[in-house]
Amino acid sequence: MSDERLTGVEAREWPLWEVFIRSRRGLSHQHVGSLHAPDAAMALRNARDIYTRRSEGVSIWVVPAAAIVASSPDEKDSFFDPAADKAYRHPTFYDIPAEVKHL
Amino acid sequence: MSEDTTREAEFQALIDGDERIEPRDWMPEGYRKSLVRQIAQHAHSEIIGMQPEGNWITRAPSLRRKAILMAKVQDEAGHGLYLYSAAETLGVDRADLLDLLHAGKQKYSSIFNYPTLTWADMGAIGWLVDGAAIVNQVPICRCSYGPYARAMVRICKEESFHQRQGFEILYTLSHGTPEQKAMAQDAVDRWWWPSLMMFGPPDDQSPNSAQSMAWKIKRFSNDELRQKFVDMTVPQSEVLGLTLPDPDLRWNDETGHYDFGAIDWSEFFEVLKGNGPCNRARMEHRVRAHEDGAWVREAASAYAEKQRARATAGAA
Repeated sequence: MSDERLTGVEAREWPLWEVFIRSRRGLSHQHVGSLHAPDAAMALRNARDIYTRRSEGVSIWVVPAAAIVASSPDEKDSFFDPAADKAYRHPTFYDIPAEVKHL
Repeated sequence: MSEDTTREAEFQALIDGDERIEPRDWMPEGYRKSLVRQIAQHAHSEIIGMQPEGNWITRAPSLRRKAILMAKVQDEAGHGLYLYSAAETLGVDRADLLDLLHAGKQKYSSIFNYPTLTWADMGAIGWLVDGAAIVNQVPICRCSYGPYARAMVRICKEESFHQRQGFEILYTLSHGTPEQKAMAQDAVDRWWWPSLMMFGPPDDQSPNSAQSMAWKIKRFSNDELRQKFVDMTVPQSEVLGLTLPDPDLRWNDETGHYDFGAIDWSEFFEVLKGNGPCNRARMEHRVRAHEDGAWVREAASAYAEKQRARATAGAA
């Protein structure tokens, strides 16, 4: 996603867009794939034709792939370390007498 | 341990644990190359596969059949795009893949080098070709590479309609006039053997299979999938009231499978080499369509550029 792509008429390929779809009200948008399009309006139309041919969505987001900042898989251990030793953040960490209900 | 050995071990641990590999993970170069080759070939097959059926859109026998056939051909285009998008997560460009296809340096499925001579071919392609594709593709939904597996889930959901509409075409023809039934039988006779060849060469002659299975890109061998397809399809042919063109085809009580006759692999390798009935026509049409579409791509780019310039000027 860090690739530099040319924009404009001289580009060999249109910019890449990531597509997110809300399948129905009450659910969040979910990533479904990507596509190439010259601009946002075409990206939306193409996303409709490619990813919702069977009413899979009620709302579409398209995001320039180049605009996405991602964590690096190389530092996955150190990056997510802070959460690893905090078991007390989970309810199962606590000892509660068996006779206590609704807690 | 060197850094590469550690990474290789981590990669293998993910594969062995039936976890998925995702785009930005480290992966062996061979794994990446293998996937690019397979996904590109798969994507090319989808878009070349639009041609044999596109051939019958204007001559579909009713508006219902025409609307269905257009939706199916549009699906093939969509499947191609899902797959090119999955291939691009491996660091290749779609434009480069299309160049390789047009230069004959990447392949597409040989099945699309056969002609569609009659309307019944639309039925036989849906029932047999898409049926074989489904048997091939369902295990790829569990492929070790995440984006390919996810694309395949979408594709398999949609293929099911393709196969059923094909079966319905053949069922209608085989229960129609004697001429219609003969047309259906002729189509099945021509598509049966090429469909069996879609699973690829026998296991002992399939050069890439063992490594692909070890990497869990492939889950079953060519021969296993072919047998599965035969076992599923023979009972369906009985419902259609059509025969399959193989005198050696019979149920084997001992193995619990259908035995079938020897496949003529010389035909397969000839078609693969470019000597099938339609290889040249398919490639010429593909290249022409791409070149004829250049002005549309340029116009869309120019329009987008103009809109951007206007927005910038308006903001200034």
